[in-house]
Amino acid sequence: MNIDLHFVKEIISSVLILMGVFFMLVAAIGLLRLPDFYTRMSAITKGATLGMGLIVLGIGVYFNDPEMMFKILAILFFTIITSPVAAHAITRTAIHKKVTFWKKTNLEEFEEYLRENRLKEYAGQKKYPKEPHNSIKRADDTE
Amino acid sequence: MKTFIIHFIIAAFVVNWILVQQEWLEFTAAMSILIFLAVFSLLWLSALLYDKRYFIKIPKVVSLLFFFLKELFMANLKIAYDIMTPRYFMNPAIVALPLQASTDFEISLLSNMITLTPGSLGVDISEDRSVLYVHLLYADEGNAEKLKQELKNGFERRILEITR
Repeated sequence: MNIDLHFVKEIISSVLILMGVFFMLVAAIGLLRLPDFYTRMSAITKGATLGMGLIVLGIGVYFNDPEMMFKILAILFFTIITSPVAAHAITRTAIHKKVTFWKKTNLEEFEEYLRENRLKEYAGQKKYPKEPHNSIKRADDTE
Repeated sequence: MKTFIIHFIIAAFVVNWILVQQEWLEFTAAMSILIFLAVFSLLWLSALLYDKRYFIKIPKVVSLLFFFLKELFMANLKIAYDIMTPRYFMNPAIVALPLQASTDFEISLLSNMITLTPGSLGVDISEDRSVLYVHLLYADEGNAEKLKQELKNGFERRILEITR
């Protein structure tokens, strides 16, 4: 049997790239749709990391060059190490800046932390504004 | 760790040497990865003679890697489904995850992996480093405890097996 290797290679790489694009698209839609900052953060870190990884891998499979593959593996390694750190730093800053949670969020086990960090006035779930976008609207009004 | 770095460098040099010097092998990425894996596993087998701990740990590292990739993929599919359908199925919560990991390396590895997997986002660590706060997307009533156990048994246990 004679298989066209170039054709197989192209199919694999385009499937990988399309999957990556799909995950990136879903992450972008999630960024617009999800109810509050923290859920959006959660969707975008995973979606962007996996999407980028798959796209870059697809490129690597298409060109099939050892030097390029080495660089691609390095890119994957460093992205997987650094993107959660960025997400973590942004989320922590958001909590200290008192960005509101979604009204369904269960904060029972988190109250101790809020108390320790003098975010006490925000510790009770009821004191959060019901609409997640309130704070943003207020910021716009003052400008 | 030391043995791993030495083996890695040796394998990389062997791949480079073989692909540059020999003309009977194709100069492709797939071939170089195959040669790298072959050389690396030979070196790993040789470690049976002088470094038993390293010999035991490498399979665990590989299994952790595959487990992590699988979870990363599943997490994305789950969130994709929730985003594409009109109703939200999520019940977010912030839970306190008691930690057994104690060193900087273990904690940062654990929180990185948690941030990239099933609907969870590492938020912060308590002052005495005994609790990791995790933001979970799908923590329904009674389900939160189960998810915490999954995180502990899935990631923390595997990481501790490797580092200790």
